[in-house]
Amino acid sequence: MIDMLTDLTVIWALLLALSVFIYVVLDGFDLGIGILYPLFPKKKDRDLLMNAVAPVWDGNETWLVLGGGGLMAAFPLAYAVLLPALYPPIIIMLLALVFRGVAFEFRWRASSAFTRRAWDASFFWGSLLAALMQGITLGALLQGIRVEGRAYAGGWWDWLTPFTLLTGVAVACGYALLGTCYLNWKIEGDIQTRVRHLARRLGVATMAFIVAVSLATPFLAGEYYLRWFTWPSMLVAAPVPILLGLIALGFARSLFAQGRDWLPFLLALAMFALCFLGLGLSIWPNVIPPSITIWDAASPHSSQVFMLWGAGIMLPIILGYTAYAYYVFRGKLDPEEGYH
Amino acid sequence: MQDFLGLDAVTLARIQFGFTVSFHFIFPSFTIGLASYLAVLNALWLKTRDETYLRLFRYWVKIFAIVFAMGVVSGIVMSYQFGTNWSVFSDKAGPVIGPLMAYEVLTAFFLEAGFLGIMLFGRSKVGEGLHMFATAMVAVGTAISATWILSVNSWMQTPQGFTIGENGQYLPADWMQIIFNPSFPYRLAHALTASYLTTALVVGGVGAWHLLRGRSRNTGVRVMFSMAMWMAAVVAPLQIFIGDQHGLNTLEHQPMKVAAMEGHFESHPDGAPLILFGLPDQDAQTVRYKIEVPKLSSLILTHSWDGALSGLDAVPRDQQPPVAIVFWSFRIMVGLGFLMMGVGLWSLWARWRGTLYDARWLHRLAVVMGPSGFVAVIAGWITTEVGRQPWVIYGHLATADSHSPLDAAAVGTSLIAFVVVYFLLFGSGVAYILRLMSKPPEPREARLKDGAGPMHAAGLGAVHGESSERGTAQ
Repeated sequence: MIDMLTDLTVIWALLLALSVFIYVVLDGFDLGIGILYPLFPKKKDRDLLMNAVAPVWDGNETWLVLGGGGLMAAFPLAYAVLLPALYPPIIIMLLALVFRGVAFEFRWRASSAFTRRAWDASFFWGSLLAALMQGITLGALLQGIRVEGRAYAGGWWDWLTPFTLLTGVAVACGYALLGTCYLNWKIEGDIQTRVRHLARRLGVATMAFIVAVSLATPFLAGEYYLRWFTWPSMLVAAPVPILLGLIALGFARSLFAQGRDWLPFLLALAMFALCFLGLGLSIWPNVIPPSITIWDAASPHSSQVFMLWGAGIMLPIILGYTAYAYYVFRGKLDPEEGYH
Repeated sequence: MQDFLGLDAVTLARIQFGFTVSFHFIFPSFTIGLASYLAVLNALWLKTRDETYLRLFRYWVKIFAIVFAMGVVSGIVMSYQFGTNWSVFSDKAGPVIGPLMAYEVLTAFFLEAGFLGIMLFGRSKVGEGLHMFATAMVAVGTAISATWILSVNSWMQTPQGFTIGENGQYLPADWMQIIFNPSFPYRLAHALTASYLTTALVVGGVGAWHLLRGRSRNTGVRVMFSMAMWMAAVVAPLQIFIGDQHGLNTLEHQPMKVAAMEGHFESHPDGAPLILFGLPDQDAQTVRYKIEVPKLSSLILTHSWDGALSGLDAVPRDQQPPVAIVFWSFRIMVGLGFLMMGVGLWSLWARWRGTLYDARWLHRLAVVMGPSGFVAVIAGWITTEVGRQPWVIYGHLATADSHSPLDAAAVGTSLIAFVVVYFLLFGSGVAYILRLMSKPPEPREARLKDGAGPMHAAGLGAVHGESSERGTAQ
């Protein structure tokens, strides 16, 4: 155990997992709000939804750049195998992020209702496709990637299976849930009541997807099954679903209680954290299942040390001013104000 | 491996990288300069309380927000381009360049993104002092970002400080040598200065446009034109000097790139001519119809009439870069550089004569030169990137050995998708920017004029009692 904590490869795996997790929850609610757009057809509501994330969206997406850059730096082999293996979904995700990212600015510059609706559509489809592709990427990673030598050796459509479609829809649903919880926190009045109702339904749907993915995952490969259903690794794994169930109950209660509007969002984050932990327990110590471990893919010691200095100093500062930026825009959004 | 539209996978991957990175770089080359300009405007507003500076800040910050958003989304694409299309390169060079790019994200991207929201929307929420700080942090962030990524690029041009591992990876041995590799200081100075100059020309072009439309009584128009012309007058000559120094550094470390820039197929042991124009013919290894000045190239590059210069014949044919592209892109960059200096000097003359705001031919030239910075920047990058071929890590790793194991059809399809999406979306963005530029900065700039949507600086109304602007949020 002590060896593990002093092993830089393990530290980097944990740090990278942490940044991916931060990305998932931050851009999760951000993309989720885009996914909710068709449910709020009025311009006034859409203005409000977009303004809820306008000051923070590019900070949120920076974690994705850290994920990409960090993976290349800390586990170059994993980066070099994963991206060709997932070429179509990654390219689609990147283009989708372009569509939704520009909408944040262009929507306010549109000169006619038609072009504004076009940017609304760009925001929605971009958000939805990006979420789906991220979920598919997760599924494709879980089901394993074929590697020969130091390169991807599978086919061009390996990433598209019923399982990856399931994870794709599950992630999109989970993001939409995060979006409603964030809006519930940031918005008041009529529209808050509506997002609360939505959150209940999306909560049930997300739990159903979590159960479905959890049931399907152990049967993808022998390793996962052993990890979740044999002694003693069960001892580590079992608390995860139990805790998740308890938090889901608390989440449901918080949505029906009045006040403490931040609580559903916080509990939704906790649910995401536990799912993330469960996924981590499944694939550990692989970075690319089934054959590349974190040690196979790790950068040399000098790269790890050099970066650890940067991450050690910069990450706390980044978390500090990111928190400050959220603090500046704290409280309920004033529908009369609008940042744009 | 099969072809796609007659092109193989490596060529398509090169086109894709060239296309996505060129398109991307247009945005940061503008935002690096514009962020600093905004910080200066805001500081001048705080210092002088002259409303003109605040008006200009509000005018340009709207444009900045659009350009920045396009830079962010096209930049996310870049951080994955290495892996999707150049996986062998990523695997091998990842241990060296990966950490530098991680530092870029950690020290620059988060800084920009973290403070951008406050810069755009937060003046009334955090107060003038913190807002100024946030604006400065965004400007500093853009420059730090450029520093890291230019270090990466320079290492690929002039690699040092590494060993090669058993698995073929480049292993870092000395980080100081890697970061401060020989071409880095020159490339950094040249690229940063280019960004400031590019921004000055855009601002000057917009100012000149409004002057030509008879808006010389608008102090915002006058101030932006005057500031931009000072910048052009000072920075353009400086940039020509820095470019010359950068060229001498390239001659030392990548002589074949300089030979391609100069069109020197043959070596000249006793003084090389300066070829002004001509048609390089790589198959025949000669430049046709050339107009040349004897010995001048040697004088510029070696500071001696009879200085020896190697030509492309010093290396085998398959190690020569594509000469025509490099030859022409270099001339475009240099030609525009001298024109920029011309604009700057002319503005000094007009200023001295007291006709800066009335010199219509100067204004016309400034409008035409408005986008010239972007052209020069892209031409410069084409010169240096095509000029280092066939190497991706100069002298060590060939471009042809670096690409992903992808079918040409996959790379070709994604290339078409990028081209279509970029032209569609970024074309719209450019149209919106031009529309904003076509209006002069108004005395009550924070208020919305065209009903297209509320401004970024909405909160400012409270400070100046212009609460009516909030009504436009609907």
